[in-house]
Amino acid sequence: MSEHVHTNEEIAARVKALESILIDKGIMTTAAIDRLVEIYENEVGPQLGAKVVARAWKDPAFRERLIEDASKACAEFNIGGLQGEDMVVVANTADVHNVIVCTLCSCYPWPVLGLPPNWYKEPAYRARIVKEPRKVLREDFGYDVPDSVEVRVWDSSSEMRYWVLPEPPAGIDGLSEEELASLVTRDSMIGVGAPAAPPSPGAS
Amino acid sequence: MNGVHDLGGTDGLGRVEVPDSEPVFRDEWEKAAFAMFSMCFRAGFFGVDEFRYGIEQMHPGAYLLSPYYGHWLHTVEHYGKAKGMLTAEDLAELDRRTEYFLEHPDEPLPQRDDPGLIEFVEAVVPAGAPAGRESDKTPKFKVGDTVTVHADSPIGHTRRARYIRGRTGEVVIAHGTFIYPDSAGNGGGDAPEHVYTVKFTNAELWGPDTAEPNGVVYFDVWEPYITPANANPAHTDGAAA
Repeated sequence: MSEHVHTNEEIAARVKALESILIDKGIMTTAAIDRLVEIYENEVGPQLGAKVVARAWKDPAFRERLIEDASKACAEFNIGGLQGEDMVVVANTADVHNVIVCTLCSCYPWPVLGLPPNWYKEPAYRARIVKEPRKVLREDFGYDVPDSVEVRVWDSSSEMRYWVLPEPPAGIDGLSEEELASLVTRDSMIGVGAPAAPPSPGAS
Repeated sequence: MNGVHDLGGTDGLGRVEVPDSEPVFRDEWEKAAFAMFSMCFRAGFFGVDEFRYGIEQMHPGAYLLSPYYGHWLHTVEHYGKAKGMLTAEDLAELDRRTEYFLEHPDEPLPQRDDPGLIEFVEAVVPAGAPAGRESDKTPKFKVGDTVTVHADSPIGHTRRARYIRGRTGEVVIAHGTFIYPDSAGNGGGDAPEHVYTVKFTNAELWGPDTAEPNGVVYFDVWEPYITPANANPAHTDGAAA
């Protein structure tokens, strides 16, 4: 591969050819690929981070442990592993909004958020979120951060994996941890969106 | 290296395209390319820092315009060749099979059983591959110190992004010692170094006329990247080479 930009069909054929050679060499099997893919399609994703956030909203002692050592606190849920060996949770407050990025590649806390969305890995987000985060959040994500709130951007340049503890939405009193988790969006843990609002009273 | 991958602060790239939803993998080939990272890591093609450096050596045009997992394909091929995992014969066969699969995209792959590989997947996902390394090095900096990032341009792999070079900030977290990418990514050993999170103001990074109000950027540095503020930042002490 060189400066030529390949079509999707060309890349697909190249990957399949390389895959076939790696299978011949005993380095890969289709069964192992299928299992790895199944894990990240169905088992490891933002639903895990949402459980952790919901607990932190409910339980101040857990919230403290999470801020102190996120990987250790997540291990209480058996959540952890690849690309989350050393996680750091940064908490939003009334005065602070956090957002994560990896300007140099695509580092992302897999054990709690799964694999990153494509926009997170593409050049525009990586280039712009460190320089004009308010503008990107407002114009591309529809998320307005008032000037009175400090914007803190965490560039994941080392093996520390940052993610955001969003502020709980209003009106969550009495909701169970499971109901709370359903409000926690992937984007709110990246810092490009807010958690969902709870269903209004009377709605099913 | 001063590569195109080092995107922080680059202008002109347009909007962030955010679809309402998208699958984890958009295409079958993305699944295989994704799996190549962990399985070729197991086979000794690369460590994670080398993996990144292979991607950084793509042609800048191809880097910017290729789908993401095309980067992963590139670095697997790069180290397959560099480490002799793929011989000249394999590479010729790779070209032949590429032509074949272009003509016959639905032809099946060879099948082989290896329960050990599935065990590896089941083990590595929850266990991870920690980059923390014990070291008896005394940290030269502590939380609260004001530091300046060395401004010179290293050859080879580094995590010292251009937009923080020469900039001054405050150490806010000391993380302990980790594999040093400027060694491991360039074929050297782990050479652990202390890692710190440094806080930079927007105005320090982008200048007061350009910077957005009320904001900071946190960037993790390895100890050889920084020097006490007020020292001459334009020259390293050689530790980062």
